Amino acid sequence: MLGASHRTAPIEVREKLAIGPDQTADVYQGLKKIDGLNEFVVLNTCNRIEIYTVAEHPEVRRRLETYLCDFHSCDSETLRKFSTWRENEDAVRHLFEVSSGIDSLVVGEAEILGQVKDSYARARENASLGPILNRVFQKSFQAAKWTRTHTGIGRGQVSVGSVAVDLAQKIFGDLARCRILVLGAGEIAERTLVNLKSRGAHSITVANRTFERAGDLARKMEGCALPFEQIHRALVEYDIVIGSTAATEPLFSRAEAGQVIHNRPLRPLLLIDLAVPRDFDSAITEIDNVFLYNIDDLSELADANRASRETEIARCREVLQAKARHLWKHLRLPDPSRTEDPGSVQGTG
Amino acid sequence: MTLLLQMDDRSWIWGGNLLYGLAFAIALFFVLRSRRHSRLLLFILIAAGFVLQTTGLYLRGLESQGCPLGNPFEILQFIVWSLIVIYMVIGPAFHMSLLGFFTSGLAATIGVASLLVPEWDAVRREELFGGNVWIELHAALAIFSYGAFGVLALTSLMYLLQNYSLKHKKLEGVFHFLPSLYQLETMNFRLLILGTTVLTGSLLIGAQHWFRDFQSVNQGKLFVTTAIWAAYSSVLLLRIREMLISRALSWTCIILFLFALLSIPPVDSNRKPEARPPESARLERLSPSHLTDESPRAAPPLPGPKDSDGGAAGPPPAESRPTPPI
Repeated sequence: MLGASHRTAPIEVREKLAIGPDQTADVYQGLKKIDGLNEFVVLNTCNRIEIYTVAEHPEVRRRLETYLCDFHSCDSETLRKFSTWRENEDAVRHLFEVSSGIDSLVVGEAEILGQVKDSYARARENASLGPILNRVFQKSFQAAKWTRTHTGIGRGQVSVGSVAVDLAQKIFGDLARCRILVLGAGEIAERTLVNLKSRGAHSITVANRTFERAGDLARKMEGCALPFEQIHRALVEYDIVIGSTAATEPLFSRAEAGQVIHNRPLRPLLLIDLAVPRDFDSAITEIDNVFLYNIDDLSELADANRASRETEIARCREVLQAKARHLWKHLRLPDPSRTEDPGSVQGTG
Repeated sequence: MTLLLQMDDRSWIWGGNLLYGLAFAIALFFVLRSRRHSRLLLFILIAAGFVLQTTGLYLRGLESQGCPLGNPFEILQFIVWSLIVIYMVIGPAFHMSLLGFFTSGLAATIGVASLLVPEWDAVRREELFGGNVWIELHAALAIFSYGAFGVLALTSLMYLLQNYSLKHKKLEGVFHFLPSLYQLETMNFRLLILGTTVLTGSLLIGAQHWFRDFQSVNQGKLFVTTAIWAAYSSVLLLRIREMLISRALSWTCIILFLFALLSIPPVDSNRKPEARPPESARLERLSPSHLTDESPRAAPPLPGPKDSDGGAAGPPPAESRPTPPI
């Protein structure tokens, strides 16, 4: 395996080595021409570019590097400096860790497995998969699934925005039926909205003191804008209210929130206060069926999740190492149906 | 195979209840380690326990020629059975995380407790329904509604736990796996409707008999049953009018179910003494010499239990009056 990732290369180098969607077919065609390369899969994400190969001899590494340097018009010294080369069991273990999210920038994130699967599918389309990589990748999917099921590596979110979304799902389940009001149109509000949208929320309203800014964010989120002076009257209509204004006094009092819940007793109300000073009176938390979280609460939850993930890494690594060793041992066993040696799995990353 | 054929009803029921306990223990192990347990494995264990328990209850039913509801043990076992039936329907249909864990725990607790109290199965009323299929249906529906109320108590408990975790910002451990508040609130409402409807249907069927022959009805039992029905109906009405919701609703459902459950043994013990020990209990009391030459079913009849006045109750009268168990 030959590749560069966020662990080995700065963003400038990764940008240079990245393969655009329209370049993928060219890369596969180019790699096919490399002598001694029996099977290969190109894994290309925003944080890594890795090429997993089954090669007949170590000389392939040099040919791969030359090809990549030519393709990206970069010097071989840079590539050598910021890339890694892994062979055999080490390469298998690395793929297992990548698929499981252990090697990700945000440890335990689940998106990477989908990206590995996409790369596998693309290799299949380009007929660059053989029996060995096919098996290794299939096993890596199983290993990732095992990790997600049996360890806490993917449990809990680690950013404030995604923790807020987790909370919303714990209260409402499906976010598609929730009505969301955002007070303020700043960056943190936008990030939280992006998270909510990615989990199915679509009824979004933005209110901001500057109506134009509310309109801009609402357009971006495919929602609608609300004049700021109407927020008190409209509060009863919403299930999730995100406060991120620069107001110096709380916008909503306990009495006001109590009145809202009195008017719609069956629907819980989630208030996410991302503002400092706070937008919601802290006494609101005493009201039944109203759930108030401020920025400190969310940060604390994110920190706890992060710590919990970190403690799981060592356990995951140990198990994945054993799985990789087991698979590698089986790959090295002589197969009566084959006359040749299976070669070695290699990759650069 | 021979061993299985030789097992008596209590042994089958023991097997079923132990499997519920095993399912709970496995799920608890994973929950305590903050790991997600296999829902399929849990479902298979519970389903296997259900098959064993059903076999035991079926053997009892054959013996009593009807639904086995002749003493507190049988009533509690039938409630456990109903609890499991409802779980096996709503569990896979609504993908309610942790419902199997809680259901198997409650089923094992009630089931094993009823097995461990010999007095609850010492005697059993014979000719329970007097051959009247409507009274049998009334009794079975009433107990089934208790099963629904049992699952309702569990989902209410889950609601309270989830509510606590969200209010106190404790989202780790068992709280992590709980379903959303919305899902639990919806399920509580559905189960409340189901249980109240089934109990109402049961009472309507039973009322046909009570109006014809009020003297045969146990007054204490009628009072408690009507009180439970009135309480659940009021709760349902208040919930529909949105006057009893969220935590208050959950607490009410849990307390009501505990009351319904705890009322069973005293109410049942206050009933007509037309009772005999169940077949398995009678066999246990026979000396080995009785079993050497005769089949168990041909064992000589034992004297009946003492009635409330201290006299022998004797065998049940040929035309004993039907006495609905609830």
